[in-house]
Amino acid sequence: MKFYGKGLADIKADELAGKLIVIEGADGSGRSTQIRLLTNWLEGRGHGITDVGLKRSTLVSAQLDQAMQGNILSPITLSLFYATDFADQLENKIIPALKAGFIVLADRYIYTLMARDIVRGGDRDWLKNIYEEIALVPNVVFYLDVAPRFLIERNMKKSAGLDYWESGMDIRLSRDIFDSFIKYQRKMKQVFKHLDTLYHFEIISGNRSPRAISLDLQRRIENLMKV
Amino acid sequence: MVQIKRHDQKGKLIAVEGLDGSGKSTQIYLLKRWLELEGYKVFFTEWNSSFLVKKATKKAKKSKLLTPTTFSLIHCTDFADRYERQIWPLLCAGFIVLADRYFFTAFARDVVRGCNLEWVKNNYSFATLPDITLFFKVAPAVAIGRILDGRPTLKYHEAGMDLNLHPDPYESFKLFQRRINDAYENMAEEFHFTVIDANRPVDIMQRQVRDIVKERIDLPAYKLRTRIVL
Repeated sequence: MKFYGKGLADIKADELAGKLIVIEGADGSGRSTQIRLLTNWLEGRGHGITDVGLKRSTLVSAQLDQAMQGNILSPITLSLFYATDFADQLENKIIPALKAGFIVLADRYIYTLMARDIVRGGDRDWLKNIYEEIALVPNVVFYLDVAPRFLIERNMKKSAGLDYWESGMDIRLSRDIFDSFIKYQRKMKQVFKHLDTLYHFEIISGNRSPRAISLDLQRRIENLMKV
Repeated sequence: MVQIKRHDQKGKLIAVEGLDGSGKSTQIYLLKRWLELEGYKVFFTEWNSSFLVKKATKKAKKSKLLTPTTFSLIHCTDFADRYERQIWPLLCAGFIVLADRYFFTAFARDVVRGCNLEWVKNNYSFATLPDITLFFKVAPAVAIGRILDGRPTLKYHEAGMDLNLHPDPYESFKLFQRRINDAYENMAEEFHFTVIDANRPVDIMQRQVRDIVKERIDLPAYKLRTRIVL
């Protein structure tokens, strides 16, 4: 494996034996379902699996949660808090697992973190410099592409409501949360299109049954393992 | 190379930097008292004090969960919180903002811990350069003496124990402080530090600090227009 940038001191990326597989996509795009199905499939084939996701570090996840509830952090602060959360998981979960030859399934990665900030007017170079220095280049990034109107349906079914942040209500795109959600997700999609030109995602149509998507991912992962 | 910009707001930012035991906190406190008593718009902020982030930092330090990377990022988060909510709005509002340590502290410490200086600078580049940076220069042995004479219990990170320089906290602290001092000296020119000889008595130093501030800031422009009873 390798780092995008200089990398972390004391870590030799080429000695990391495992694979890092990232699943990106909006809320309701089916990421967690796919990760569950892939975990079953990979464990069934005898692979060790570690899963990571945003806001799951032991270091700051509790404080981050608290901050999100009260909407009390300004954008740069929030962004750096997430970067801390990411770095903690990278160093304490992802890298040790890769060293041990595990497959790491990441439910979102630096791309979502960058996209959220870019949509909110964050400085692209600043974000790039923060994350590229420390992040490992994944073996593959799957982007689950789902039309915003389907996302609405799935979010409604899942939690009978739309999430404040995932609807971009903090940037006041509309007073109406439904309207805001659609606008926000469209913007996110545009940013992901731009990020794709830099980081090269495998775009997976998410407008299919979970089973069909999973078989598609399995086929792609099989090809990856052959290399 | 990352360029850090200087602001063009009405306010002024004065930062103090220096080793633990250099006397900088006393000096900025006395500067604050003087400006307050003279009726100027002044605000004071110190390193590592954001309410929310501090809780995470404290927990992390206690359980020794931090790596150089997360140590750097969590302090940057703390700084950003104070910067976005206090320092920047107050500079816009025309206040004299006094900062007990500023991002140079991170540049020095994080680099000593092994982070890449350009990366750390980038992470802090959302913030402005101070208008005046006072660097309290003292021989490391003197500053170390001031801290260690009281035989305090040194905290793990304060003593730089995470760097594995020496198993004894006091010895580790000495080695760590010397490295921080070197890092400060390497930055002094690039960031136009105003160097204050900190081997002198408190009142003498304070007189010099006040003279510098009077000379470089048009103080009458910062008078409070409303009376505040202190």
